[in-house]
Amino acid sequence: MQRHLISAADLTRDDAVLILDTAEEMARVADRPIKKLPTLRGRTVVNLFFEDSTRTRISFEAAEKRLSADVINFTAKGSSVSKGESLKDTAQTLEAMGVDAVVIRHSASGAPYRLATSGWIDAAVVNAGDGTHQHPTQALLDAFTMRRRLVGRDAGLGKDLDGRRITLVGDILHSRVARSNVDLLHTLGAEVTLVAPPTLLPVGVETWPCEVSYDLDSTLPKSDAVMLLRVQRERMNAAFFPTEREYSRRYGLDGDRMAKMPDHAIVMHPGPMVRGMEITAEVADSDRCTVVEQVTNGVSIRMAVLYLLLGGNEPAVSHARPTEEK
Amino acid sequence: MDKQQNARPVLEGPDIARVLTRIAHEIVERAKGADDVVLLGIPTRGVFLARRLADKLEQITERKMPVGSLDITMYRDDLRMHPPRALARTEIPGDGIDGRLVVLVDDVLFSGRTIRAALDALNDIGRPRAVQLAVLVDRGHRELPIRADYVGKNLPTSLRETVKVQLAEEDGRDTVLLGAKPAAPGAHP
Amino acid sequence: MSKTLIRGAKVLGGEPQDVLIDGAVVEAVGRNLSAEGAEVVEADGKVLLPGLVDLHTHLREPGREDSETVLTGTRAAASGGYTNVFAMANTFPVADTAGVVEQVWRLGQESGYCDVQPIGAVTVGLEGAKLAELGAMHESAAGVTVFSDDGKCVHDAVIMRRALEYVKAFGGVVAQHAQEPRLTEGAQMNEGVVSAELGLGGWPAVAEESIVARDVLLAEHVGSRVHICHLSTAGSVEIVRWAKSRGIDVTAEVTPHHLLLTDELVRSYDPVFKVNPPLRTERDVMALREALADGTIDIVATDHAPHPHEDKDCEWAAAAMGMVGLETALSVVQATMVDTGLLDWAGVADRMSFKPAQIGQATGHGRPVSAGEPANLTLVDAAYRGQVDPAGFASRSRNTPYEGRELPGRVTHTWLRGKATLVDGKLT
Repeated sequence: MQRHLISAADLTRDDAVLILDTAEEMARVADRPIKKLPTLRGRTVVNLFFEDSTRTRISFEAAEKRLSADVINFTAKGSSVSKGESLKDTAQTLEAMGVDAVVIRHSASGAPYRLATSGWIDAAVVNAGDGTHQHPTQALLDAFTMRRRLVGRDAGLGKDLDGRRITLVGDILHSRVARSNVDLLHTLGAEVTLVAPPTLLPVGVETWPCEVSYDLDSTLPKSDAVMLLRVQRERMNAAFFPTEREYSRRYGLDGDRMAKMPDHAIVMHPGPMVRGMEITAEVADSDRCTVVEQVTNGVSIRMAVLYLLLGGNEPAVSHARPTEEK
Repeated sequence: MDKQQNARPVLEGPDIARVLTRIAHEIVERAKGADDVVLLGIPTRGVFLARRLADKLEQITERKMPVGSLDITMYRDDLRMHPPRALARTEIPGDGIDGRLVVLVDDVLFSGRTIRAALDALNDIGRPRAVQLAVLVDRGHRELPIRADYVGKNLPTSLRETVKVQLAEEDGRDTVLLGAKPAAPGAHP
Repeated sequence: MSKTLIRGAKVLGGEPQDVLIDGAVVEAVGRNLSAEGAEVVEADGKVLLPGLVDLHTHLREPGREDSETVLTGTRAAASGGYTNVFAMANTFPVADTAGVVEQVWRLGQESGYCDVQPIGAVTVGLEGAKLAELGAMHESAAGVTVFSDDGKCVHDAVIMRRALEYVKAFGGVVAQHAQEPRLTEGAQMNEGVVSAELGLGGWPAVAEESIVARDVLLAEHVGSRVHICHLSTAGSVEIVRWAKSRGIDVTAEVTPHHLLLTDELVRSYDPVFKVNPPLRTERDVMALREALADGTIDIVATDHAPHPHEDKDCEWAAAAMGMVGLETALSVVQATMVDTGLLDWAGVADRMSFKPAQIGQATGHGRPVSAGEPANLTLVDAAYRGQVDPAGFASRSRNTPYEGRELPGRVTHTWLRGKATLVDGKLT
């Protein structure tokens, strides 16, 4: 792994499997009476959120605290259009306070990359979602959830998602979750299909390592997991699709459509869900829907990422070293 | 793993089996029948030794012996001196460790830092009645006030020597090798 | 008046000759001219060009003197071999009245480094709604002949038609910034493979091409002349080529950066590569080079767009669009057109001096290097190779995409009406 986690595309297959395996061990901490490890004692992590996201912030915060890191939350609320100087100045101010890692959420695509490469700060940078670019820990927790459900909790250790058929449905164009997932799932050997109305697919998608379809019904029987992406109602006003009703009729997942999926197939959603739009209540509340698991797994994945980035004197290399001293 | 230069065996397979049998008897004796013993091996090789000890204890006591593993990676005091290590499994037997006699099992006792980390890790898992330590080899050079309760072999060594335990489950054969540390590149002579 | 003898210069890249300047005029061009009474500049085989003319410069004054002033901008121009620049109208206040264009014109006169010809806004406040007083600007001391809302597109077809028609009365030309506004809302970079991956809002080629197509058809319909600013796509090239073949009176420019750089550079998220129109693809770059070589694109114009450091030292979306270009333009053109064999130095003189002066009706610029002509000259060391170091720029801003890049050629001397503004690479 590199010193930062900016894009799912930066992870090798072995890096990704190491993170998933590490997360499995982290998950077991949650079952213990004392859900805390001393690993990052004395390290300071700042959650630098320029964009509202209570869910992601809380997930990172829980992960940081379980690893005993000191946590500073910085929420620049409403400054999503803030000028760049404020990103640079804010980051430098925080680093002057002795921060070891910056977990950043920003509405501008590339802001974490800039933070990591511009020479503004020395701290490790973890991308918690940037614009419509990347959200690598989301992709990792999604892959973790898929591996558990489709390969097995213990049986999955050391394994990737070779040959699993994953379908992503919805607003691909504006989705950092989709970009991260396409990159990571491809790296892990899965076969990815994107399903969306043509207006919600980016120009250039044909070069991505995945298939593209406009037809959800024909894709469902060939899917081991179907991930629905949130479709914001505002998109309607920009003529990406005519009406909410038409969108959900063509691309929403309801009980009838879910019945076309193989028995073992799961339904995923990064949240927050828009019930009645991309997913019906019946599907959202069914046993096949992993939304709540994904939230739980998010903490384990973020613990794993923070441990592998900050737990040693340098980030973990592709294969972690065996213990030597006794 | 590199073949160690001039490594010579100090314990062979039959020796290892013999000392494990002895340790098992000592545990039964000292724990007065070993009714409440839980064996926790420290990965990687401590876990195999714990399982072997459990087998022997089951033969002696004719009872099921709870055995598990305790990964201490996240509790190490030298985490920041190396890149992060891959985590191993912590597996606590079903009835837990509260009020039990936990016997920690490891292959080599050296600085004592691993055992310190293990004691911290145990602390986050439960509250045993007592904790004891069983090791296959004690090579000395303690850096902390820690000692083993059961020792397979006391092996006086110099700091320029290495002790390597190989077990069939992991390495294909049972042996304990004593070798010379390769000179670190750039180190002062 | 003083005399200067430039000895052994390859005039427009030809055989070495001597050029004698007397006062503000070229006295003689020939072999073995007498150096008597003249200061001698040993050209040593360097290339002598007519002073370069930039039809598209942002000098930022009035209003954004933190990024450039007329003085610093004209010093940058002299460093880059320019003797005449056309200053775009998007200042604060906008150059949409006779008062503002006269102010800019006067500042240029005072600078002494380079002639400044103000461009007037087409519409009041660049807002695209109401024609500015084009006639008044033309009749002012500045004598405006080129009108442009550059930075914004004259998107309303009726306003564009009227402007094209109206300036015919005094022989003006409208220079269009071709960008369909609705198709480029939130646009951050070229729309394509790279934007899809980086998650940056796309600026599709069609947003430029649709306006270029509309405007050449409008120009044909009303019998006017139209100039297209900074052509950036292969499709625009094809449309202009078609329009010219049809006899439509259209001229077009390309920037140096669109001849060299592609949107792959945006992967760095470094805002020095953020520019409008955006960097396009390799295919577009090749089409633009070819079009400049065959004359479909008439001229190179820099679109020199200075920005203060803080407007580029930030995340991509927050950054300003634009690059400085005056001091690197000739080197980039040499790298992309001359060293590749697409254009000789006579061609460079045509695309960077003769033609732009002709389109902008600049008097005394873009003239041949021959006896009796104004001594606006540029001496270029074409054999030079060096890395671009923005610290040495005369411009007040440093937002160059070429920092650290090795480029060929270096302007060593510039003469404005016989007066040296640049000597051995140093401003006078």
